[in-house]
Amino acid sequence: MTNTDAVAILASNVSRHHKLGTTLIRAVDEVSAEIKKGEFVGLLGASGSGKSTLLNLIAGLDRPTAGSIEVLGRNLAQMSSEELSRYRRLKVGMIFQSFNLISSMTVIENVELPLRFAETERSKRERLVHEALDRVEMSHRLAHRPSELSGGEQQRVSIARALINNPLILLADEPTGNLDSRTGGEIINVIRRCNHELKMTVVMVTHERSIAEQVAERMILMTDGRITEQSPPAHEVCR
Amino acid sequence: MKTYDLLELAGRNLRESVLRNGLTTAGISIGVASLVAMLSLGSGLQDLANRRLSRSGLFDTVYVTSFRDFRESGPEERERKADVSKARPLDQSVQKDLESIPDVLEVEPEVRFMGEVRYGDATHAAFVAGLPPSDKGNENFEGMKGRFFASSHAQEAIVQMDFAKNLNEKDPNSVVGQDLILRYAERQSFRVDSDPSSGMSDSSGFSVVRKEQKLKIVGIIDQEPFGGMRSISRARLFIPTQLADDLNMMQYSDLRGITGDAVGQKTYLALVVRVTSAGRVQAVQDAIKRLGFRTYSILDATKGLRQFFAVLDLFLGIFGSLALAVASLAIINTLVMAVLERRREIGIMKAVGASDGDVKKLFFAEAGAMGLAGGILGVLLGWSIGRFINFGVNIWLHRRDLPPETIWSSPLWLIGAAIAFSILVSLVAGLYPAARASKLDPVQALKYE
Ligand SMILES: Nc1ncnc2c1ncn2[C@@H]1O[C@H](COP(=O)(O)OP(=O)(O)O)[C@@H](O)[C@H]1O
Ligand SMILES: [Mg+2]
Repeated sequence: MTNTDAVAILASNVSRHHKLGTTLIRAVDEVSAEIKKGEFVGLLGASGSGKSTLLNLIAGLDRPTAGSIEVLGRNLAQMSSEELSRYRRLKVGMIFQSFNLISSMTVIENVELPLRFAETERSKRERLVHEALDRVEMSHRLAHRPSELSGGEQQRVSIARALINNPLILLADEPTGNLDSRTGGEIINVIRRCNHELKMTVVMVTHERSIAEQVAERMILMTDGRITEQSPPAHEVCR
Repeated sequence: MKTYDLLELAGRNLRESVLRNGLTTAGISIGVASLVAMLSLGSGLQDLANRRLSRSGLFDTVYVTSFRDFRESGPEERERKADVSKARPLDQSVQKDLESIPDVLEVEPEVRFMGEVRYGDATHAAFVAGLPPSDKGNENFEGMKGRFFASSHAQEAIVQMDFAKNLNEKDPNSVVGQDLILRYAERQSFRVDSDPSSGMSDSSGFSVVRKEQKLKIVGIIDQEPFGGMRSISRARLFIPTQLADDLNMMQYSDLRGITGDAVGQKTYLALVVRVTSAGRVQAVQDAIKRLGFRTYSILDATKGLRQFFAVLDLFLGIFGSLALAVASLAIINTLVMAVLERRREIGIMKAVGASDGDVKKLFFAEAGAMGLAGGILGVLLGWSIGRFINFGVNIWLHRRDLPPETIWSSPLWLIGAAIAFSILVSLVAGLYPAARASKLDPVQALKYE
């Protein structure tokens, strides 16, 4: 098939089941997919179809109950929790629908947070924070707290935070879900620039096909925990 | 995570809910304060007892007697009774031997005999005792009228108040500066050259000669020093020990040993050994026992006292710790609340790369910081309480015309230990919340609500 060096994410028969009493909820059920380095993939599906669960599995925040996920050649299922946190710290950046900024911290402190866990030297931090905020055009409101920012501004800050450790993969879970369409469009543009200029692999979850169609090179549709459609179809991509 | 980042994050988290964390810290400080207060009281009372006892001159003293002396007999002695006559007498060579034992300050013979005193026209009988020069610093001579002996050979005397009243009923204080005549028995050793014709096998002995010595009264004391505990009978007239030795004043021990082998030698009733510190008494006592003498020290009598203080300290410590235990529940409560409240924040930190260990350390640091702050505040609080109680006690003592006392002692080790203990308790209290925070599932924590 494809050259393994070019594969960023390889999911093979991945399942994430939840046991609730006697019922088994198949949030993600035997999913196989391949995402190449530098690709921009839109992950589509109705609410409850398992998009977030799959994204969390790729992010190493969750573990599959069966199957394997290889990211950049390493199987996440076999990593210790310490290794997974290191992987999250250095290889992936995450963006959420609800921004998930820490409300008691200023813009600068929020963006700096991953550098603390990565043990980046203090002297280098200020430059890195400013570079990241420049990239999302948020250099003008450094000392503000999230509550003093608009939704679009908050999402820009959270993108800056995701970029700060210069990860190879950007995972976005409905990044425009809480934004009006104009602001949402701006955010999509910022994410596209990350894909184009920084050569990051992007997986963006959305339930609006129109948004995905603007930017994604490829779309994966999920229904009830399974992949039901890929466009363009997987064999075309592989060619 | 680097330490300064850890401390910075912990600090800002603590500041975020100042009131709650402040109250928890106040709780810890009250716990530490009660612990410090209790232990300071225990330590202060022990110091007070030690001070009283050591200034009494009893605590650092060992009394040495020979097994030739039948004055007392325990089971240990009955065993030895067979070779009593062979036991070494207390003579000057023993005095030298004892002086060479480590930690021994001085060895003085106990001088005590019945003498006759002429003052003015009257004659009085009195027990006379010798005082070594080191007694000068003893508390028994603190409030004395007049002064202590000018030197260890001075021809001077100190009298007891009752005796001074005997000498001059109307104005006992006026005897200071007056002279008295002490009549005593002088012991004169001799050697007889062996004379086979006489049929006597003894070749040495001593004769007793009546002597008189003029002494100048230099001081009056209210009571016999050491509450008389150093002797078998109460003395009323005191002279320098060396003077008694110089003048070869005869003592009981001379008569007692009259049929023994060592009649010609001068022996002592008892030797009083002064030790550098009370803590070394036991070792010195053991060393002297090994030389083959009977020893006695007040330490033997105060074993029970020291045991009492150990138990007292234990109880005070337990009561003090109880408050700290309650405070540790407050820490657990505060941090468990914080874990619940900061669920989302913990999820975010994990999502951006915090390891379980980082999260755990963060909560530990918060617990430790509260422990440190509570410990320092608690020590200050406990110390103030102590000052206050001490102040109150001294007012109470003052009203009763008693001298001020320190019943409160917070030694440095206690302060350090209290702060360290406070941090330790806080960290232990932080164990459960920290584990809970670190085990938090980030997916659940980040679920959009
Ligand atoms: N912890 C859980 N326990 C039980 N069911 C869960 C749990 N997490 C997710 N699910 C279920 O898994 C399915 C997929 O959820 P999710 O991945 O959040 O969907 P999406 O992001 O596509 O809306 C849903 O039906 C949801 O109810
Ligand atoms: Mg979702």
